[in-house]
Amino acid sequence: MYQILEKKTLNANTKLMVIEAPHVARKAEPGQFIILRVTEDGERIPLTIAEYDREKGTITIIFQEVGATTMALGQLNVGDCLHDFVGPLGKASELEGLKKVAVVGGGLGCAIAYPQAKKLHEMGCEVDLIAGFRNKDIIILEDEMKAASTNLYVVTDDGSNGRKALVTEVLKELIEAGNQYDAVIAIGPMIMMKFVAETTRPYGIKTIVSMNTIMVDGTGMCGGCRLTVGGETKFACVDGPDFDGHLVDFDGSMRRSAMYKAQEKASVERHECNLMKQEVK
Amino acid sequence: MPNMNPKKMPMPEQDPNVRNKNFDEVTLGYTPEMAVEEAQRCLNCKHKPCISGCPVQVKIPEFIALVAESKFLEAAAKIKETSALPAVCGRVCPQETQCEQKCVRGIKGEPVAIGRLERFVADYAREHGEEKPVQPAANGHKCAIVGAGPAGLTCAGDLARMGYQVTVFEALHTAGGVLMYGIPEFRLPKAIVQKEIDTLKDLGVEFVLNFVVGRSETIDELFADGYEAIFVGSGAGLPTFIGVPGENANGVYSANEYLTRINLMKAYRDGADTPILHAHKVAVVGGGNVAMDAARCAKRMGAEEVYIVYRRSEKELPARLEEIHHAKEEGIIFKFLTAPLEITADENYNVTGMKCQQMELGEPDESGRRRPVPVPGSEFTLDLDCVIAAIGTSPNPLIRTTTPGLDTNRKGCIVADEEHGITSKDGVFAGGDAVTGAATVILAMGAGKRAAAAMDEYIKNKK
Ligand SMILES: Cc1cc2nc3c(=O)[nH]c(=O)nc-3n(C[C@H](O)[C@H](O)[C@H](O)COP(=O)(O)OP(=O)(O)OC[C@H]3O[C@@H](n4cnc5c(N)ncnc54)[C@H](O)[C@@H]3O)c2cc1C
Ligand SMILES: Cc1cc2nc3c(=O)[nH]c(=O)nc-3n(C[C@H](O)[C@H](O)[C@H](O)COP(=O)(O)OP(=O)(O)OC[C@H]3O[C@@H](n4cnc5c(N)ncnc54)[C@H](O)[C@@H]3O)c2cc1C
Ligand code: SF4
Ligand code: SF4
Ligand code: FES
Repeated sequence: MYQILEKKTLNANTKLMVIEAPHVARKAEPGQFIILRVTEDGERIPLTIAEYDREKGTITIIFQEVGATTMALGQLNVGDCLHDFVGPLGKASELEGLKKVAVVGGGLGCAIAYPQAKKLHEMGCEVDLIAGFRNKDIIILEDEMKAASTNLYVVTDDGSNGRKALVTEVLKELIEAGNQYDAVIAIGPMIMMKFVAETTRPYGIKTIVSMNTIMVDGTGMCGGCRLTVGGETKFACVDGPDFDGHLVDFDGSMRRSAMYKAQEKASVERHECNLMKQEVK
Repeated sequence: MPNMNPKKMPMPEQDPNVRNKNFDEVTLGYTPEMAVEEAQRCLNCKHKPCISGCPVQVKIPEFIALVAESKFLEAAAKIKETSALPAVCGRVCPQETQCEQKCVRGIKGEPVAIGRLERFVADYAREHGEEKPVQPAANGHKCAIVGAGPAGLTCAGDLARMGYQVTVFEALHTAGGVLMYGIPEFRLPKAIVQKEIDTLKDLGVEFVLNFVVGRSETIDELFADGYEAIFVGSGAGLPTFIGVPGENANGVYSANEYLTRINLMKAYRDGADTPILHAHKVAVVGGGNVAMDAARCAKRMGAEEVYIVYRRSEKELPARLEEIHHAKEEGIIFKFLTAPLEITADENYNVTGMKCQQMELGEPDESGRRRPVPVPGSEFTLDLDCVIAAIGTSPNPLIRTTTPGLDTNRKGCIVADEEHGITSKDGVFAGGDAVTGAATVILAMGAGKRAAAAMDEYIKNKK
């Protein structure tokens, strides 16, 4: 059940895994996600479906080790099994009919945006991919992104690779230069998506963002993932994760994301402590 | 000579001030001596009024007579003839509006403690080597069940006993539905539910967990996989929020989320990875079993003050009497005739309180209950750091939006006939909360049972 078939380290804290999950692979579409549990008592965490292979029955996930569960996941190796793996969840991205699109990825968001870029590219859509990273050490999937885009613009916060710029600066220049986008797809930290939406708003370009809220069940049962879109409450797991960036209340969502900061930190400390104990043994 | 004591044999329970700090079961159950003594209160009435109050027609006087003779295993078998989950129903049925309401002993005193006896018998049988069920001979037909709550589990068990090959598809990582993720450990120990699920596995029922029908596969795809009839028991899991300003602040939960974090994800255990707010002052909005469970969990998670905020009066509280009584004993503060107006939060968006309004009861509404109307100028604020909405749930839209031909009503409930669970879509049957909206465990079981018979009929007629 849910065996890890492949594992790759993309950079210091980002890993890729290919998981055997035929039920999920059969129906997966770009924009959808899975929820997994590493162990029997573990937390349920959502991760985007980075790639799927219907024939082999596999799902690829790319994750950043940010807390207890993602760190525990990173400890597993080829041959190990995940306890639970459910999906595909959420609505697939609506990509039909798009002719020219700017995809904006921030950090790990690039991995999440990659399946969309790839599908659009395969559909014959012109894809300008703007990928922003903090520095050259954390750039991931550069070759894949190149292959999935018409033009790739890599920028870093410190100029250590590509241009020293913010993704929003590049996006604005491209728009100002006369590029007519049917849509802008932004995936990354909420603050980045907020500023991308602010950048496109004056031009009236449709802007789709992917809301990575805190989730529990992922089926619409708890409401923990709720956010405000156009004044209405929506559940990110069933109504999303894609939403119209011009309607999302990002400030509200960012505050909700911070809800468990202290407890998450304690959980990491507990796990690190357990890992150390294991190593000492 | 029957025991003419007007009162029920009391059931031992943990001291309120001890139990409101732990998640162990509140009530401890009868000893065999207590059960026999209580069973002797039954008059074995000829016309058996009690049975008419039970949605699954448990043979009440017969099983109680066996208890009176200390034939506990035989009593358990008698109940199992009509009810699949007696250890569960004995604990959570609203007996005061069902079997016990009809008991003649209730006219001049307290009714026979039918629920407590049912629980005792089921627990006794479980602990004293109830025989493992034998897997019946296969009849070569396949049925699918969507959702592993009491409706789905009952339907699965009955079909398996008839020889069908049954697969249960469940969205969560654990089977049991509300029995696992909603009702807390202190009211329904999870080991008991697990035991019932294991019994179904012994009968040959296959469980496919982590499978969301509508996403992983649709109903039509399940038919294409060779299932000849499908029962939908997907419950009513979509939470309703209160609809007042401030509802998305940090510290506002749906009861589903709060209870799921605690029960399913075990946030009550030290060292659990699933975070939960350890609040000090909590208000639960609502007055049903769900509200009582959320409030009592909040108390056990360490809250100093826990309020139940309910807009009608005590008389209208829909929760089981026993839960209301236990909640009061445990120090839950009831604010009747009170309606929320607004949830207030600080600059970090953490809950600071809830503005409320006093209500009074006016003219009766469509439901026949007197409608609460606001008292002008009665606003006041409760200081809080957590608000839990327990004002109802409705069926999840996932199945109705992915199953063409399946009719639902205005409230999103699947339309199915009560007698057989037949829906507008050929081969699809439905029952439980998915059809009725949030109701009770025993009604869900009854619906699962009737649907199993109808599915058997349907498949036989098709041949
Ligand atoms: C639809 C969706 C798709 C996602 N896709 C990916 C992905 O492809 N790759 C990836 O690395 N991450 C993805 N995430 C985020 C991922 O779920 C979180 O990083 C993970 O849950 C953190 O768990 P943890 O126990 O390791 O860390 P924690 O200690 O729980 O948290 C560490 C940090 O992550 C944030 N976080 C915690 N839980 C969640 C949660 N359930 N959802 C979002 N953020 C959370 C916290 O606010 C905190 O800043 C996605 C989230 C969503 C909702
Ligand atoms: C906190 C709480 C306390 C309660 N207390 C009592 C009580 O004391 N007494 C009483 O009689 N009743 C009580 N109830 C009500 C009772 O639990 C429900 O009426 C009963 O569980 C309904 O059973 P069901 O089988 O219809 O649905 P559920 O128990 O809701 O089970 C439905 C199952 O279907 C699964 N599912 C949903 N959608 C899908 C899908 N698309 N694919 C696969 N699986 C799916 C769900 O995950 C769930 O496991 C309580 C309810 C709650 C929430
Ligand atoms: S199943 Fe419920 S209603 Fe029926 S006899 Fe048992 S406790 Fe009473
Ligand atoms: S009505 Fe009461 S006293 Fe009469 S048979 Fe039923 S349980 Fe016994
Ligand atoms: S994660 Fe529970 S409703 Fe979305």
